[in-house]
Amino acid sequence: MYKTVRMIMVFAAALLLCSTYTASAGDTLKIGSFLAVTGPASFLGDPELKTLQMYIDDINSKGGIDGTKIEFIHYDTKAKAKDAKNFVNRLIKKDRVDVIIGGSTSGNTIAVMDLVEKAHVPLISLAGSVKIIEPVKKWIFKTPHTDRMAAAKIFEDIKARGFTKVALITGNGGFDKSGRAQCLALAPKYGLVIVADEKYGNSDTDMTTQITKIRSTDAQVIVNFGFGKAPAIVTKNIRQLGVKLPLYQSHGVASKKFIELAGEAAEGVRLPAAGLIVADKLPDTDPQKRVLLAYKNAYEAKYGPVSTFGGHAYDALFITVNAVRSAGSTDRAKIRDEIEKTKGFVGTGGIFNMSPSDHLGLGLDSFHMVEIKNGDWVLVN
Amino acid sequence: MTDQLFQFLISGITVGSVYALVGLGFTIIYNASDVVNFAQGEFVMIGAMSAIFLYRAGVPYPFALAAAVIITMAVGMLLEKLAIEPAKNASVVTTIIITIGASIFLRGAALLIWGKDIYGLPPFTKDVPISIGNATLLPQNLYVMGGTALSVLAVRYFFDKTITGKAILACSCNRKAASLVGINVNRMLLIAYGISALLGAIAGILVTPITYTSYDSGVMLGLKGFCAAILGGMGSSMGAVAGGLLLGVIESLGAGIISSGYKDAIAFVVILAVLFIRPSGLLGSADAERV
Repeated sequence: MYKTVRMIMVFAAALLLCSTYTASAGDTLKIGSFLAVTGPASFLGDPELKTLQMYIDDINSKGGIDGTKIEFIHYDTKAKAKDAKNFVNRLIKKDRVDVIIGGSTSGNTIAVMDLVEKAHVPLISLAGSVKIIEPVKKWIFKTPHTDRMAAAKIFEDIKARGFTKVALITGNGGFDKSGRAQCLALAPKYGLVIVADEKYGNSDTDMTTQITKIRSTDAQVIVNFGFGKAPAIVTKNIRQLGVKLPLYQSHGVASKKFIELAGEAAEGVRLPAAGLIVADKLPDTDPQKRVLLAYKNAYEAKYGPVSTFGGHAYDALFITVNAVRSAGSTDRAKIRDEIEKTKGFVGTGGIFNMSPSDHLGLGLDSFHMVEIKNGDWVLVN
Repeated sequence: MTDQLFQFLISGITVGSVYALVGLGFTIIYNASDVVNFAQGEFVMIGAMSAIFLYRAGVPYPFALAAAVIITMAVGMLLEKLAIEPAKNASVVTTIIITIGASIFLRGAALLIWGKDIYGLPPFTKDVPISIGNATLLPQNLYVMGGTALSVLAVRYFFDKTITGKAILACSCNRKAASLVGINVNRMLLIAYGISALLGAIAGILVTPITYTSYDSGVMLGLKGFCAAILGGMGSSMGAVAGGLLLGVIESLGAGIISSGYKDAIAFVVILAVLFIRPSGLLGSADAERV
């Protein structure tokens, strides 16, 4: 008799275990990503992927999001739009992911937006262009500051210094082109005149020709929108040609790599950047400081110097996690609705307040104007 | 305007010098075996990357540069020994495809060994710009131009005046006849790959202080070098040099005078126009056999 009772109890326990096991297995959150981990934009994709993997492992080891484990599926696009399209197709049709985080570049993101809209999968992009969220697409969100915000921040600073004539030099990538368009559109609002509009190829090795042309104009400042090695070459070429005009770079070069590559030529360069690179220089009252330092320390303990780009992935991941938590399910439509309701989320890029008309939710104050001094960033007030 | 033109020319010749060296590398292997070696750009990258990492590891700068050249030569010769020689009875097209495969392999290997970051080298001497009128150039620009000129002269001397150089040329004229008169064809090919790799490495080392490098930077340089070789007339070493310099200058003038947005397009239109009028290239022999 006693034996039977015990057997029943064991059986019941086994059954219970079994059922909880299936419940959690059926309730995993599938996050897919397509990032430019290698190729010309690897400095974006690489820290982004590392950040996602680090925090997803961390969340899973702590039991998941209220018990829901995260399954992470990743593809490397090498920043090629065609690959991005193929991989996103695979994420949607074959892997059947619940949320997509990516791509690293604006070109990659814009290439897949129609696809994602049709498939009704929420996507949080890690790319800069304002075209991703304007006009608002129902399923598309993003976390990095837009190029329009960067242009506005730069122009604000130029105006405050009393300059009016701006020379623009940009690359041929999606980020560059979009940034150029924003600069051209915004300049009149700040009373600025664009007196030169030069372009280069992102794999070009010398931009002295373009800068020589700029030198022959009456420009008072130079603004360079670009990322990768090209802005470093532009910066060096400007100093090489003895051009003394103040140089503004975009948030695309907000990483230590830029200072390392451009070396002394980078001294005095100003750029708008998210709080991450000046985290330890922010006042203690800054609400972001705690989040920034926590991310910075966690990342640096594992991989080395942090960059703002990994921070965008951090923001995207935790906006997703919060949305899944408040939706209480992994239903794509419910997650989408909750992402759109994100309010007061303190991320690395700033404090996010999304709405049906704003799928980014950051204000201009989330940017800090910084200047490179002695190989480090200094806040400009 | 003249100041500007002068500056455009300096930029064009610097960039063109590198195209010239890469184009010359193409020509040497083409002359020895009728094969276009598409891994030529990778030699540039390997030369630059090994120099960077040896230097970072604490090897004194000149030794790091010399060692990088030797490493790249070894890679070039290994490529010939392991990939080209086993397929010596294959057609030219097959061998070209092998070199494309080799270039992908070398790029992948560089990615695994050195990672995907962008790196630079310090300039050879102090980085103070030299002013000529209103135009400026860096000492490193002079090293690039001078290094290219020396390399070109050395290559010319090698092929015109030495027995080995002439033997390599003999292999390209008629491989069977060359081996019948006692030339070791395999060894000549090995030397040709070694020299090509050497030129690639020199180009990489000279230009990296100005342009930086990464594991995939050989692709673009390989393409431009190939254009230079075609423009000058495939098979003509001086043609490749002239083609490289011309390509660099056209790019620079096109960007400076017409539009920087259409820089590459302008260069390619000029190349097409030249080839339309002279299908064998600027300095190619008119009766060249078209493959």
